[in-house]
Amino acid sequence: MTDEMKLIIEVVDLQKNFGDLKVLKGINEKIYKGEVVSIIGPSGGGKSTFLRCLNMLEIPDGGHVYFEGEELDANSTDLDQHRQKIGMVFQLFNVFPHLTVLDNITITPILEKKIPKEQAEKEAMELLETVGLSDKAKEYPRKLSGGQKQRLAIVRAMAMHPDVMLFDEPTSALDPEMVKGVLEVIQNLAESGMTCVIVTHEMGFARKISDRVLFIDDGIIAESGTPEELFDHPKNPRTQEFLSQVL
Amino acid sequence: MGPGIIEVFLQYWPLFLNGLIGTLKYAFIAVLFGSMLGIVVAIINMSKNKIVSTIGSIYVNVLRGTPLLVQMYIAYFFIPMAVPALSFLSKEQCVILSLILNSSAYVSEIFRSGINAVDKGQTEAARSLGMSASHTMQKIILPQAVKNILPALANEYIAMIKETSLAGTFMLYELMYTRTLLANKFLVWQPLFIIAGIYLVVTMVLSALVRAMEKRLSVSD
Repeated sequence: MTDEMKLIIEVVDLQKNFGDLKVLKGINEKIYKGEVVSIIGPSGGGKSTFLRCLNMLEIPDGGHVYFEGEELDANSTDLDQHRQKIGMVFQLFNVFPHLTVLDNITITPILEKKIPKEQAEKEAMELLETVGLSDKAKEYPRKLSGGQKQRLAIVRAMAMHPDVMLFDEPTSALDPEMVKGVLEVIQNLAESGMTCVIVTHEMGFARKISDRVLFIDDGIIAESGTPEELFDHPKNPRTQEFLSQVL
Repeated sequence: MGPGIIEVFLQYWPLFLNGLIGTLKYAFIAVLFGSMLGIVVAIINMSKNKIVSTIGSIYVNVLRGTPLLVQMYIAYFFIPMAVPALSFLSKEQCVILSLILNSSAYVSEIFRSGINAVDKGQTEAARSLGMSASHTMQKIILPQAVKNILPALANEYIAMIKETSLAGTFMLYELMYTRTLLANKFLVWQPLFIIAGIYLVVTMVLSALVRAMEKRLSVSD
């Protein structure tokens, strides 16, 4: 971590409860520009909730989230502006079924960034090209496989030119043969310099592409480090136990 | 007893036809404008602001919890008096307005369930892209909700076709009003059976169309 690295996301003492259940119990974390950070850990440990707090899809009960130096506030009108720079990819794709593949990508840039339609469509076609979906532009999502839907969801987020991409278990709902194609797209993104935060169960993938890995368990970051540190020499007994079960 | 049902129908069918056209027209106006108003009421009802949502639920409860006939009388006699801004409305238009308001309460509940039935992930995806709340509702949620609730809206239209029969009480020319017209010719019982028959045929045909529509919609899923 050098001083020149630009801080993109800073999380301070983040807490979140669902009713009486404390899901996040005070998380502190800094994510820098260009970093690829994977989040692993047992189900119910708070990984997804943490990720969803980074763009205020979950509203924290305590602590602060700073995006590019500004505090995110769920009640502020600036939130939409910030969210345009925080792309998110969901486990269940959440593509818009009533819009064509092309319109899925262009609708938000046209509506919210006032990009002219032709320009938005040209750019969307280029993005579709990069994920091998340009021949599906006029189709509706129901004609796509799960893997294709997820690749569409990724370029839909990319069309907003985000500064960071959040991935919430992007391959968990996919048939095994679809996983590779989606991971390749994410890897290409990561290698192009996009800042990525990835909640994943794909340990091999996390190890391969991450600069850092966070192990979140029981609402805290129980351990963090480089993939080598975390996967080869885990210090925390809970990390060791978790890895022994999944590897 | 006088002439038979068929004789009366053959002699006066243009009256019944005009009545039916009036019925279909008033029901359509009620559901069309009721739907527009109903969307707004549904959104008010779903507001996170307690005061706003309470106003919405009072509106719905009053209109659904009191008889339409009572609402029509109130509209007929009191709207021009109580709301000076609406005093330009004719008596007839006041009755139609009460149909619209009544329909909006039912339609708002249809919309509310339709909106709630759209996967929450759709809202999350749109908002995560930075889409505003209002664009998310207009461009992402409502189009999907409307498709889901088309059969329910069509059923509301069918229900409204029967409800408009009350408007005849206020001299609006719809199907039921032909009874009044023919009673002046001392035809009392025949028109009732003809009117009932026409309502039955129309609602059955429309119900069959709705079922066919439901089938097609479920295929496209």
